[in-house]
This record gives sequence, structure tokens and C-alpha cells, in this order.
Amino acid sequence: MSVKGAELELKSLPRVSARRRMADRTVQSLVYAAFVIAIIPLVSVLWMVVTRGMERLDLDFLTFSMNGLSSSDEGGGANHAIVGTLQQVGLTAVMAVPLGILTGVYLVEYGGNSRLARVITFFVDVMTGIPSIVAGLFILAFWLLALGFEYSGFAGALALAILMMPTVVRATEEMLKLVPNDLREASYALGVPRWRTICFVVLPTALTGIVTGVMLAVARVMGETAPLLLLVFITDAINSNPFEGPQGSLPTFIWYQAGDPNPQAIERAWAAALTLILIIMLLNLGARLLARLRKPVSR
Amino acid sequence: MTSEIDVGQRTDTAGNGRAGGRRMSTGRLGDQIFAHSARGSGVVLLAIMAAIAVFLIWRAVPALRANEANFLTEQEWNPNATPPVFGIAQLAFGTLMSSFLALLMATPVAIGIALFISFYAPRRLASGLGYLVDLLAAVPSIVYGLWGLHYFGTKMDDVGRFLNDYFSWIPLFGGDSVGGRSLLTASVILAIMILPIISSITREVFLQVPTANVEAALALGATRWETIRMAVLPFGRSGMISAAMLGLGRALGETIAVAMVLSTASGISIHILKDGGNTIAANIANSFAEAGETGRGALIASGLVLFVITLIVNMGARAIVARRKEFV
Amino acid sequence: MKNGSRLAALGGVVVAGALALSACGSDNNAGTDASNAPTGKVDCVKGTVNAAGASSQKNAIEEWKKIYAQQCAGATLNYNPAGSGAGIQAFLAGQVSFAGSDSALDAEEAPKAQQRCQGNPAWNLPMVVGPVAVIYNLQGVDGLQLKPETLASIFAGKIKKWNDPAIAKDNPDAQLPDNDIKPIHRADESGTTENFTDYLGNVAGDVWKWEAEKKWPTEAGGQGAPKSDGVVTVLKQTQGGISYVEMSFATKNSLQTAKIANGAGEFVEVSEQSVGSALDGAKIVGQGNDLAMELDYNTKTAGAYPIFLVTYEVVCSKGLPADQAQFVKAFLKYTASEDGQKVLTEAGYAPLSDGLATKVRASIEALS
Repeated sequence: MSVKGAELELKSLPRVSARRRMADRTVQSLVYAAFVIAIIPLVSVLWMVVTRGMERLDLDFLTFSMNGLSSSDEGGGANHAIVGTLQQVGLTAVMAVPLGILTGVYLVEYGGNSRLARVITFFVDVMTGIPSIVAGLFILAFWLLALGFEYSGFAGALALAILMMPTVVRATEEMLKLVPNDLREASYALGVPRWRTICFVVLPTALTGIVTGVMLAVARVMGETAPLLLLVFITDAINSNPFEGPQGSLPTFIWYQAGDPNPQAIERAWAAALTLILIIMLLNLGARLLARLRKPVSR
Repeated sequence: MTSEIDVGQRTDTAGNGRAGGRRMSTGRLGDQIFAHSARGSGVVLLAIMAAIAVFLIWRAVPALRANEANFLTEQEWNPNATPPVFGIAQLAFGTLMSSFLALLMATPVAIGIALFISFYAPRRLASGLGYLVDLLAAVPSIVYGLWGLHYFGTKMDDVGRFLNDYFSWIPLFGGDSVGGRSLLTASVILAIMILPIISSITREVFLQVPTANVEAALALGATRWETIRMAVLPFGRSGMISAAMLGLGRALGETIAVAMVLSTASGISIHILKDGGNTIAANIANSFAEAGETGRGALIASGLVLFVITLIVNMGARAIVARRKEFV
Repeated sequence: MKNGSRLAALGGVVVAGALALSACGSDNNAGTDASNAPTGKVDCVKGTVNAAGASSQKNAIEEWKKIYAQQCAGATLNYNPAGSGAGIQAFLAGQVSFAGSDSALDAEEAPKAQQRCQGNPAWNLPMVVGPVAVIYNLQGVDGLQLKPETLASIFAGKIKKWNDPAIAKDNPDAQLPDNDIKPIHRADESGTTENFTDYLGNVAGDVWKWEAEKKWPTEAGGQGAPKSDGVVTVLKQTQGGISYVEMSFATKNSLQTAKIANGAGEFVEVSEQSVGSALDGAKIVGQGNDLAMELDYNTKTAGAYPIFLVTYEVVCSKGLPADQAQFVKAFLKYTASEDGQKVLTEAGYAPLSDGLATKVRASIEALS
């Protein structure tokens, strides 16, 4: 079936005309070129981030904040930003994951083809397309301006949750659809109530797939900057309480340090970018490993 | 692939059959709680969407009332002035221009990648190479912004000059004050960012091309290109279009990378090599901090426009997919 | 369930890592130089206060808050150098305790500020004097000299090439290249822009017809970059660029600065000393403890550099929550003190004149 195999057999056939061969070769080289074109920026970005980032990425960078340093000082670190990012993204996951999974469960297990389910499916699609800055605007108008709360990591997490939810719903939906119906029916046949069937048969079967989706979603929102700029303010000190006061975060840290003309600040921006990418890659890798585990389970 | 509706209905009937059955009350209670909470979270999601729309409109309207200029045609953005004057003409132009340029650059490359991975690359490498392209999507936009600001933009300076020197007879490449912080640079970065989404969806479409069609074409003595042209591309056309539109949706809403790379400049100009320009999203990120009551409303109004544009594009893409269900 | 335990293990690792990171984190960046350590006593008020505003005074505030935090453990000031316009908006919306601004509150903002301060007037307290340097990026041409009209024509987009006769006339000895001039301005609402355009309008009214505002006039063209930092970043990357920025940014980044002709027609290099004399021509127009000022750009004093700005800290005279009010008062008391003002000269600013500093200190004492 492979194109390659078929080509080998072509040798016994009359030769293909030169014009056709030319066209074939041209397209082949174009297709190879397309791939190379896509890889160049990837290599360039990663190369720059790794080489420039390594100059500053050390234990100091991970354990110190920027407190009491001006942007032209050497040293300092992104601990406050790392702590902030982990907490904000953690809060985001705590809010978005249960809601997302339950919605996915509803769509697949309960909704069927009902009007509500169709409306929700439609709006989940719409939600996937919300620009992150719009989500930030909404939380600012709603949480900070209308309800009068102050800048906090939590406000940022609220906006991130809006961005994360549809991705989780989709992942859950896809995975639940893959669960063979026989499993459900077997469970029902044993007299197991529906919710127990879902919780203890259907969801565990799809669990690794859902977790993979969640981790990819977490990785996605971790790099979001725009809403945090509007909602979390900035601080150079470590604030380990995401519910009160400004917090750092890696994306905003990069934003401010990269916009600063001092070479020391730009170095810190690259190092923070490397840290961020490492965390995201770790999550991605974890997701892929889990995805590999999935196979024997879903059978 | 089993259609979703099928699965849903079958579980539903199974459930209904069981719900009429003989479970103990605890079970029923649990069932009800669970069903309601699942349903409830779906409703919460709808409520959030409604709240976003209502809030944005509610906040935007007073500002639009106060506006002295025509919101859709005015080019200037100065809501803090008295009287406030602002319009999205220039911002919308920048947004559409950069996104379309990005799409123009990304789509052929993305389809090329999809073809490469599905039909040209050695089988054993294919999935690894696919992962490599997906990595492009894992890089956050702030990192692209950093890279664009401190590395790529300076390189594009030379590219811009070169294009301007030799191709200034093409209106797009004309004009003076050519530099690296231009709409073209922003478009290239956007193109890089939307490559993976377009190529991965296209790849999935290609995977669904019936093997029989491919083999039939090969059996007739078609070359690889002819096979692709006759069996693969026609089959995947609508899938590719919707992939491109989803990419467009992403490009339209991209904020941070553009805000970092692009200098702001006023006025609509088709000279894409010129330093400066602006987009709706970048404008929000850049001028939110200094916006007062009216300014915020104005930015929210522009966000609403962005929201509607992305909505239309995304819905269009889904509609195309829905027309050919087998790709979902 | 096997996978479940693996997941739990993974989650445990993540949580443990996060905890370890936050537990090991340190705010204590030791080893900074103590040369600026205050000799006098510093009032210490612990707590965290948010402020925002002028990016022109960013370098000064960074030094101040560093020293203040060294003297007073547990005192944190978060200053967001988001631009004067942004700072005032955040102040009016009650999101920050005080704002930094390169221009005093205007007639529209003042009543809103009064509302924000629970009905008490807000005061403009001059704190930092900064010369506005005209910076450019042109290899091989150092010590560029510009008359006000030439400067205005460049920023108005009337002069487009570096070898324009008007520039050549101001610089008889320089080898000017045939490059595009790329004027760069502040994209955000900036007090530096307001002072700079005010200056241009005052000294070259024929060419510069726009009113002084925080937002750069659209018709003047050019490309914009956010904040002082952004302007410097873009200028460094732009061959043939020219822009304006508070002097400390120019010295800190070793940028080329232009000599500007003052009212007497003398080309003056920008420096903190060259401003001192120009400031004498400024007069206070605020009422009582409000120290808003009016600047004189047409100075004829020998050796006086004509373009400069005064950065105000915009504060509530009363009406902040007590803990914030105490912090603000203590912090500003330090910045206005001799110790605080001494820091400015090294950071690339000019200190307040003695007379003005005394008035500022009196106003700060009256804060409550």
C-alpha cells in the first residue's frame, strides 16, 4: 500500500515520460523544502533560547527573586515568577478541569442529541476561538472593575480558566467517544448505576487520554501573557499568596525584562524563556508518555 | 470512525432503559446529583460565554456613545482626548492584513509539510517529524515575541531593505522608512505560529484518504505527484480550507508576539516593509494600562469586533468541516 | 488503576517541586553596593504598596526602592513604569496608592483625583528633574548639533534624510550619510512626550503646530514604541533612528545624544548640571501644598540645556487607607530627603533645587 512499494513495481512498467517525471521531482523537492522551511524557525528559536538562556539559567536564577534589584544590576532571578506561574496555572487547572471534564461527560453520556448539548458543543467551539486578550478584558471588566477586587494571581487564573476550559471539554469528549459502548452496556447489565458506571468504568478507561489533553491544555495556558498583563500587576518580590496582591509570572517577567534595554535584563528574559519552555516541554513529554500508556487500556 | 451522534444516542437509550429500572434510592440520588452537576457545568460554560458577550457589550456601549468619530471608519485611536475620538479602521486593517499575509505564507508550507509527513517521509520517521512540527505550537507566543524582538526583527531589517531595493515597483514593497519592525515581520512570525495547527489538521485529513483511491491511482501508473493531485488533494480540499481558516482565527487573535515585534504607527499604509502598523489585539495590550473609563470601553468595543471577526472565521471553518462529516 | 497511582506519583512530584521552589525562594538579593546608603535616619513603614506611572523616573524609583528595602526589611514598593497616562488612570481608578507623572494633573483629572481621595485634593509633588535627551543611532556621527527648528522638522517628518541641508548647516564638520531618518516616538501616553512636544511648540511654533499632549500627534508620523525602555530598545536596533528620552536612559545605555541649541543659540550637551540653571526659570503654579510647575523652555542662560521635565509624584493629601498613607509618606519623605536626592545625580537625573526641595518636604509633612 505504501507509495514507495508501488514505485518499485513501476520499474517493470514502460518508463514515465520526462515531463511527468520532472513534475514529480519538482513537487518532491518543494515538499521537502516546505518541511525544511518549517524547521528553520523552530531550530532558530530553540537555539537562541537555549544558548542565550543558558548564560543565566542557574540555581540563583531559580531561587532568587528580583526584589531590591534594578534592571541594570547583575544577578537576580525569576523565583517569584516561577512560583506565580505554577500557582496561577494550578488554580486555573483546579477551576477548569472539573468543569471541563463534567461538561465533556454531559455532552457524551447525557446530552445525546438534545438541543442543550448541541448549543453547548457549538459554544465550546466558539470559546476555543476567543482571543486571550478578550478573556482578559472580560475578567478585568467583571472581576476588577464591576466587583471591585484587586489585582491578584487569582484574577489571572480566572481568565486563564476561560481559555483552558474548552480545550479540556474537547479532549474529554474525544476520549469518551473512544470508550467502547460494550463496556458501558456490560456495566449496566450488572446493575451498576449510571453515575458509577461513568465514574468507575468509563472515565478510568479514558483517564490517560483525558490527562494527556489536560496537560497539553495546561502547557498552552502557561505561556499566555496578555490576560496576566491586565490582571496581575507586577512585583519583584515573592508573593506566595495568589489570592492577594500582585504576583509575578514567567510570561509577564519575560515581557518586562525583554522590553528593557539593559543587557542584564535581556539575559534574564532569555533565561526565563528557557525556564518556561523547559516546564512546558516537561508537561508535553509527560503527556506523550501517558498517551503511550493509553493503548493497552483502551484496547 | 463512529459518528458521535450514534454513540450518544446509544448510551442514551441504554441509560433510559436503566433509569426506569430497579436501582436503590441511593443509586438514584447519586445518579441525579451526577447528572445534574454534569449538566450544570455545561450550563456554567454557556453562562460564561453569555457573560462575556453581555459584559463586553455593556461596557462598550457608553464609550461608543461618547465617541465623536465613526467607530468603523475613523483611523485615529484617541479615546482619552476630549471629546474622545477613536475608530478601528487602521487597527482592523492591520489585523486583517497581517493575518492574511501570514495565511498566504503558512498555508502552502503547511500543506507541503503534511504531504511530506504523510507521503514522502520514511514511515519510521513520520511520527517523530510530526512531533517536531507540533513543537512549534508548544512554544509560547511570548517566546516568539522575545525572539522576534531581539533576533528575528533585526534580520528582517536586511530582508526588508533587499525587497525594497529590488521590488519597490510592487506597491506592497514600496514606500520609504523600511525596517525590521514592519507588518511583514509580524506576518512572518504569525505564519510560523499558525503553521503547526494548519499542518496537523491537514495531516489528519490526509490520513483519511481512502487507501483504495491511492492504490487505484498508482495502479494506473500515476507518479507520486499525480496520485496526490488526483486522489489526495480533491478529497482533502474542504479539510484544508477549514484548517487554513482555523489558522486564520488564531492569527487574528494573536496579541503578545505582534505587540512585541511591531512598532506602532498611525494611518493605513499598504507598504508592508515600512516600520510600524498596529493590530486590534496589540493595541489592547499596549494601551490598556493608560485607558480611562472611555478608553477601556473603547478597547472593549474593539475587542468585541475582534471577537466577532474570529467568531465568524471559526464558525465558517466548522461549517465547512460539518458539511463533510467524515473528516471530523 | 495502575495508571492512577502513576498519575498520583507524577502529581506528587510536581507539587513537591513547586513547594521546594517556593520554599527555597529568596527575596534577599544581597551584595548590592552600599555606596548610596542613607546617612540620615529613614522612617520605616512595613508593608506593600502599589504605584504606577512615568517610565522616565523608573531608574530613580528602582534605586530608591532598592535602598529603602535594604533599610527597612519587609517594605515592598511595586512600581509599574507603565507611562504617565497609565499611572494617572490607575491612580484615578484607585488601583494604585500613588502615581508618577511627568505632567501635573490637568483640569479634568483634578476633580476625579479628588473623588478618588475621598473628597480631599490630590497634590502634585515634584520629585525628580530629568533632562530630556535627544538620542539617535547613526554610526560615525557623534556630537550631532540641532537647532530647535531642525529638530522640530525632523520629528514632524519634514526632513527625511540625514544629509538634508538643514542638518548639514547645523553640523558643518560632520560627515552625514544618505540614510533615512527614522523618528521614533512614545506609543503610549507619556509625560516625556508632553514635555518634548511642549518644548517643540514653544521654540519652533512654525514647524510644530500640534498642541502639547501626552499622546504623540498622529499627523506627525514616525514609529512608536512603548515606554522609555521600548523607545531605547527600538532605537538601538534602528540605524538612522532618532528619539527623545529622559537622560538616565541615554547614559545607562551609552546612546548617542544630540546637542541642542538653547534660547541663546548655543549648542549644549545634555547633563544634569546643564539643567540646574534652566530650572530657575520655572515657577510654581499649584495652590498651597500642590506644587505643580510651569517650565521655561526658552532659557537664555549660558550653558543651560533647554529640554527637561519634572516628574511629580501624584498623591492624595488625605483619604488613603492608613497603612498605605503611612507607607507613602515615609517613602516620599526619604526620596525628598538629601539622602534620597543624592541618589538622583548618580542615576542620571538632576536633584531638586534647594528651595524647591524644602517646599516638597513641607508638603510631604502635611500628608496624612
